[in-house]
Amino acid sequence: MNNIIELTASEIRELYDKKEATVPEVTKAFLAHIKEKDSEINAYITVCEEEALKQAEEVQKLMDNGEKLGPMAGIPIAVKDNICTKDIKTTCASKMLENFVSPYDATVVKKLKDEHMIILGKVNMDEFAMGGSTENSAFFKTKNPRNLSKVPGGSSGGSAASIAADMAPIALGSDTGGSIRQPASYCGIVGMKPTYGLVSRYGLVAFASSLDQVGPMSKTVADNANLLNVIAGNDEMDTTSAKVEKKDYTQALVNDVKGLRIGVPKEYFGEGLAIEVKEALEKAIEKYRSLGAVVEEFSLPTTKYALPTYYIIACAEASSNLGRFDGIRYGYRTENYSSLKDIYRNSRSEGFGKEVKRRIILGTYVLSAGYYDAYYKKAQKVRTLIKQGFEEAFEKYDVILTPTAPTTAFDLGSKIEDPLEMYLMDLYTVPINIAGVPAISIPCGTDKEGMPIGMQLIAKHFNEEMLYRFAYTFEQN
Amino acid sequence: MEYEVIIGLEVHAELSTKTKIYCGCTNEYGSDPNTHCCPVCTGMPGALPVLNEKVVEYAVRAGLAMDCDITRESKQDRKNYFYPDTPRAYQISQFDLPLCVGGKVDVNVEGENKTIGITRIHIEDDAGKLVHDAYTGGTLVDLNRAGVPLIEIVSEPDMRSAADAVAYVEKLKGILEYIGVSDCKMQEGSLRADVNLSLRPVGQKEFGTRTETKNLNSFRSIARSIEFEIERQKAVLEAGGVVYQETRRWDDEKGEGFSMRTKENANDYRYFPEPDLLPINLSEEYIENIKKSLPELPESRKARYMSELNLPEYDAGIIISSKALSDFFEEAGKVCGNYKAVSNWIMSDIIRASREYEFEYDNMPYTAEQFGHLIQLIDSGKISGSIAKTVFEEMIKTGNEPEKIVEEKGLAQVSDEGAIKEVVDRVVAANPQSIIDYKAGKDRALGFLVGQCMKEMKGKGNPQILNKLILEILNK
Repeated sequence: MNNIIELTASEIRELYDKKEATVPEVTKAFLAHIKEKDSEINAYITVCEEEALKQAEEVQKLMDNGEKLGPMAGIPIAVKDNICTKDIKTTCASKMLENFVSPYDATVVKKLKDEHMIILGKVNMDEFAMGGSTENSAFFKTKNPRNLSKVPGGSSGGSAASIAADMAPIALGSDTGGSIRQPASYCGIVGMKPTYGLVSRYGLVAFASSLDQVGPMSKTVADNANLLNVIAGNDEMDTTSAKVEKKDYTQALVNDVKGLRIGVPKEYFGEGLAIEVKEALEKAIEKYRSLGAVVEEFSLPTTKYALPTYYIIACAEASSNLGRFDGIRYGYRTENYSSLKDIYRNSRSEGFGKEVKRRIILGTYVLSAGYYDAYYKKAQKVRTLIKQGFEEAFEKYDVILTPTAPTTAFDLGSKIEDPLEMYLMDLYTVPINIAGVPAISIPCGTDKEGMPIGMQLIAKHFNEEMLYRFAYTFEQN
Repeated sequence: MEYEVIIGLEVHAELSTKTKIYCGCTNEYGSDPNTHCCPVCTGMPGALPVLNEKVVEYAVRAGLAMDCDITRESKQDRKNYFYPDTPRAYQISQFDLPLCVGGKVDVNVEGENKTIGITRIHIEDDAGKLVHDAYTGGTLVDLNRAGVPLIEIVSEPDMRSAADAVAYVEKLKGILEYIGVSDCKMQEGSLRADVNLSLRPVGQKEFGTRTETKNLNSFRSIARSIEFEIERQKAVLEAGGVVYQETRRWDDEKGEGFSMRTKENANDYRYFPEPDLLPINLSEEYIENIKKSLPELPESRKARYMSELNLPEYDAGIIISSKALSDFFEEAGKVCGNYKAVSNWIMSDIIRASREYEFEYDNMPYTAEQFGHLIQLIDSGKISGSIAKTVFEEMIKTGNEPEKIVEEKGLAQVSDEGAIKEVVDRVVAANPQSIIDYKAGKDRALGFLVGQCMKEMKGKGNPQILNKLILEILNK
């Protein structure tokens, strides 16, 4: 019983079913551990002790009454702080929204509540999901539980760290250019970015609307599939959410990849890839080969255009999406103003952090009259080419296998002053968002410092099952 | 130097859909501030727009009624700018692929027929309203109007005078009302126009520099602002000056226009495709179905009134200028069968009364059916034409059925010859001088006697019988 916090969601659920633990007991165990451990890790921005306990009591009552509940009922969860929760602050780790309480629940939060999951709290991130280390949080830096001098990755660093530090068995993150997969890789957990449109974005505070997706982060592949079952599905509040049939992703948890084809794009194994990461990936490829998969190297020549394309599109959309934070209706308002222009200029100058401002300026520039065609329009054309590159590859391969990030988690403070160096960490993850395809990061070893290495598996649109099958097979062998 | 005036209009019309364009909030005018609002129309973080399909349908209806081509693959774009009435800091509009392009409408200006080209019609959302708070001296934001669906109708620079512009807007108003997509209440701001105006020397091909006067919400302000701007530009040019491209504001109380911002200070709206919304794809079948459902348009009604009901062109033109009035005309005419009489009443008493009692044609104090009954009472001889005016006034004040008014007030016409003869004899006997005057050739004497009799009978005497009986005595 004293190792409850180390259990996976499925194991906790088993305890409930065998009546070996109650939901309030489990919830209290996590809350107690957060209290003890988070002073060291700094993953949580808000802990919802009271609400979580109240919710736990209610779910327990339902269980005691013999109600038939879903597989994730009673499972505590951490939610990234850019996903709107009614009555609980949603800060986006920004001074701009430090005291903001959303008047509504995001669709994914509604789904968590409908499943009777227990929201433990809201977790840290790079401000407005912009960054790859969670160091851009306006409040505090989160540490990598595997090594406290390292970053947990980002922008969903709080989600990944809370799981790696046993302060939540499972979490929601969001991924615009790698923000679920890269921290999952750095913290040694499983992170899925679903196909664009599989999960509703309603209530996810927008960074880049055409790239953002909410996704599950977990200790195991099975937990991940179970959480995706809860949050996936068409939402009439989000017209970009796809009208696809509801699936049970746990059906894909099959320990067998015999005869399936893996494509390995050589552009993802070139300059900048740490040797230890490369070796771990090669070992993983060997393992798949030994399990009967067919592995082939191929070329994705558009890869080199992905990073500039991403930063143009993402920043352009961000510059518009973040216009609403103007100090008028909600959020931070400067005390220093004598005109409307002052309110705008000073509220935004004082309320946004450096990286957010950098991206707003970049995005405003690429959309400006005279520059639009050269940047934004061209980026959209390249986007189509990148998408086509993936589509062609998936005519030959069931999955594409790459490293999640070029290196393992880096030292806190080592890259924060060099944005380009930081952007390069997204090299392998951004093409996936540009193409809108799904990808999962799973642990595939550690470097000599003991830091986890992540493997990224990519599949074609709406084929999350294939990813779970490969990931599950790797995990089981 | 002689100048030619070049005018193009951008007309914004609020669509009368039940709900707003991107959320489920009610699209109703005039409620307490910030009561028709939700996370979507107030621009809350994380909220997403969902396009109201009715808005597309209404815009396509307008496009078809104005002879436009409908864009099969259209999209929406963000227009970015900061203003407190714009909660997301961008308006969702259409930039390069509007729903409707290349239409036209025909107008008649002082007897001359003209065709005004329509460049495009696109959909967009309205902004909220800023309210100056006299108590605190601050400015408050009311977001009830944020998200109200609009169409913007952009004309070609085909107008040459204020009269052209007014005729064009009247025409648009008529069409939008007839096809039921907008109530076009200018005083509530649901129809408003921006005027683009430039001058060029007569004979010159290139356009001069234009100015744009924004947000005109009455025919009067459209006409006056145009007259003002023509004179202003003329004075500038004649003094050897240069007209600057600028956005201007019209102050209707002062009767003056003012410069708001010049081209150098113009916003760069940084349009880009709205990533939260899917492209709008319309099938041939969809467009065909809307085409079939279009009602009879005002021009066609006018032609019918002239050919089938023998109304003069002027009268027909006045009646069709308002759909409500035209509907009233048709219904009342159907009830009484005397369209001509209804038309005559509209041209005189109804138009006058609407001004005097300040009611709109879509909200008259009496129904078309009641009015048809009034005409029936006249045609059947139950009341005289002059008594009918009294009954009409009473209908306006009480909303009662004309029969009931006639009965309660005892206004029924007296046609009984015996009863009338009694009065005639008495009046003639009391006015012997009139007989002498009449015999001396003064016809006015007859009118005087009829008037005296009517006075005695409180206007209820049958005028034909009265006339006949008096003449009988006079001609004895």
